[in-house]
Amino acid sequence: MSTTGGGVAVELTDLTRTYGSVKALDGLNLKMEPGEFIALLGPSGCGKTTALRILAGLDKATSGTVTVDGKDLTSVPANKRDMGMVFQAYSLFPHLTASENVQFGLKMRGSAKSERASRAAEMLELVGLSEHTHKYASEMSGGQQQRVALARALAIRPRVLLLDEPLSALDAKVRTQLRDEIRRVQLEVGTTTLFVTHDQEEALAVADRVGVMSKGRLEQLAPPAEVYANPATPFVAEFVGLNNQVPADVSDGSAVVLGSRLSTLAGSIASGSGTAMVRPESVTVTADESGAATVRSVAFLGAISRVYVELADGAVVYAQLSSSQARKFAPGQRVAVGVAPSDVLVVPAAR
Amino acid sequence: MSTRVARGALWVVFGLFFLFPLYAMADFSTRNLLQGGRSMAAWANLVTDEALYQSIITSLLLAVLTVVVMLILLVPTMIWVRLRTPWAKGVVEFLCLLPLTIPALVVVVGLKNVYLWVTYFFGESALTLTFVYVVVVLPFSYRSIDAALSAIDLGTLSEAARSLGAGWATTIARVVVPNIWSGVLSAAFISVAVVLGEYTIASLSGYQTLPIQIVALGKTDGPTSVAASLATLLFGFVLLLVLSLVTRRRRHA
Repeated sequence: MSTTGGGVAVELTDLTRTYGSVKALDGLNLKMEPGEFIALLGPSGCGKTTALRILAGLDKATSGTVTVDGKDLTSVPANKRDMGMVFQAYSLFPHLTASENVQFGLKMRGSAKSERASRAAEMLELVGLSEHTHKYASEMSGGQQQRVALARALAIRPRVLLLDEPLSALDAKVRTQLRDEIRRVQLEVGTTTLFVTHDQEEALAVADRVGVMSKGRLEQLAPPAEVYANPATPFVAEFVGLNNQVPADVSDGSAVVLGSRLSTLAGSIASGSGTAMVRPESVTVTADESGAATVRSVAFLGAISRVYVELADGAVVYAQLSSSQARKFAPGQRVAVGVAPSDVLVVPAAR
Repeated sequence: MSTRVARGALWVVFGLFFLFPLYAMADFSTRNLLQGGRSMAAWANLVTDEALYQSIITSLLLAVLTVVVMLILLVPTMIWVRLRTPWAKGVVEFLCLLPLTIPALVVVVGLKNVYLWVTYFFGESALTLTFVYVVVVLPFSYRSIDAALSAIDLGTLSEAARSLGAGWATTIARVVVPNIWSGVLSAAFISVAVVLGEYTIASLSGYQTLPIQIVALGKTDGPTSVAASLATLLFGFVLLLVLSLVTRRRRHA
């Protein structure tokens, strides 16, 4: 299918955006390779959406530059940037059919009617909606509307595809489906893509590289597996699921955590006592009458369960176990807590 | 079943309430007062009586001009305020609703000086009333356009349009207006109704619009005056009918 807009390189340099006294972006630098799919991940208010809107031309940076394919676009208005965008809110034009929506951008570019119609049909087929070309937004489900929005964004053969939390208004099942669909389509057309989300699973599942943002800055930009295994900062560690904070003693490049000796990751403290960030699925719990820890509660989540355990010093950690394992534990029970062998990030204790 | 009967009864009662005066007007305006029987003379006067005919044309032109100027002024302003200067929304709303609170007499007196200039530039035409009427219809138009704008996600739709390559004018004309069409239409029709019924300002300014003529005729030629009133009313009904039909078709389109 000749849908390729061709991947181009994108570079955001020293982007700053202030609203009054609030710094939404604080010197953001981001380089995207041609055809790359980057997910910006972070809590709300971290500046990820601001970054995307500045790239789209819908917001103006206080300082810094936006370069696409080697050209400085910083002062080019949104309608001249050739970027396809899918919004968080449903954004289909209500007075137009699915097909007319997809054709809108082509009409703005003055393409002939027959060409527009065939392109729209092609794009709607790409997102699996060939049957719905004549439907209005009000006649489609949320997932279908976002698919049409994706087709509409891609129809103009954009230089960059921008996805602003396009899945967050959808229910869980459709979200996973459409997430995989977006990745499939992106690989097919090869357009450089920036995807903004607050959902780590979403980001890790689809992106070539994940950029974790906090307070207007990029904390780490790396492939999903690396972000997960080697978080660069405590914030990243916490945000991608390393949310157990356990006391640790570090010496000679290794740390003693819950009785086990583990190698430390780059970025850890060199020696002394600190706090280890431990993933819940790395925590092991075994029934032990003479154990130093006590089960506080067990939360059943379907296939998995979370077991909250109070350590001897009063700190609470939680373990993620399969529900069949977790069934063995009840609140008040004495247990022994350990940690599975894996590299660990240890940060200074005073946090 | 009983709700259906009750509903039917209500329809009949309200139908009679509204239609009976119209029937009475139709009856009176077609009655031959001198020889008895029926006569269409009063209705013929609508076009043959030069002064009346001119006032009808004047009022219709005033209605059209008022609507055009009002829409050109109000629609882009309101869209712009919502998107770019939300802090100014209160001010614009206040300004638009202000005419409601000022008595027509005060408006006329206040405008005397302004109109010295208006007539200097545009001549002594009744159509210069357009400027006052645009101000007079602002509160009604503002309300219906505002309601329509609130019903759509204006920010997202216009950003989507712009990211697809549409400039501001295209965004407003191709994306926003079609989606607030019912609000624009009702603003237009309410304005037409207001202009066709406005008496005080026209009378105090000394222009011969339709309501002025209807009142003047009422003193000498009852049936013709009633015929003109009925024609105005029917015109208003037709407009409302068109409004509801057009908006319904859009919803089901």
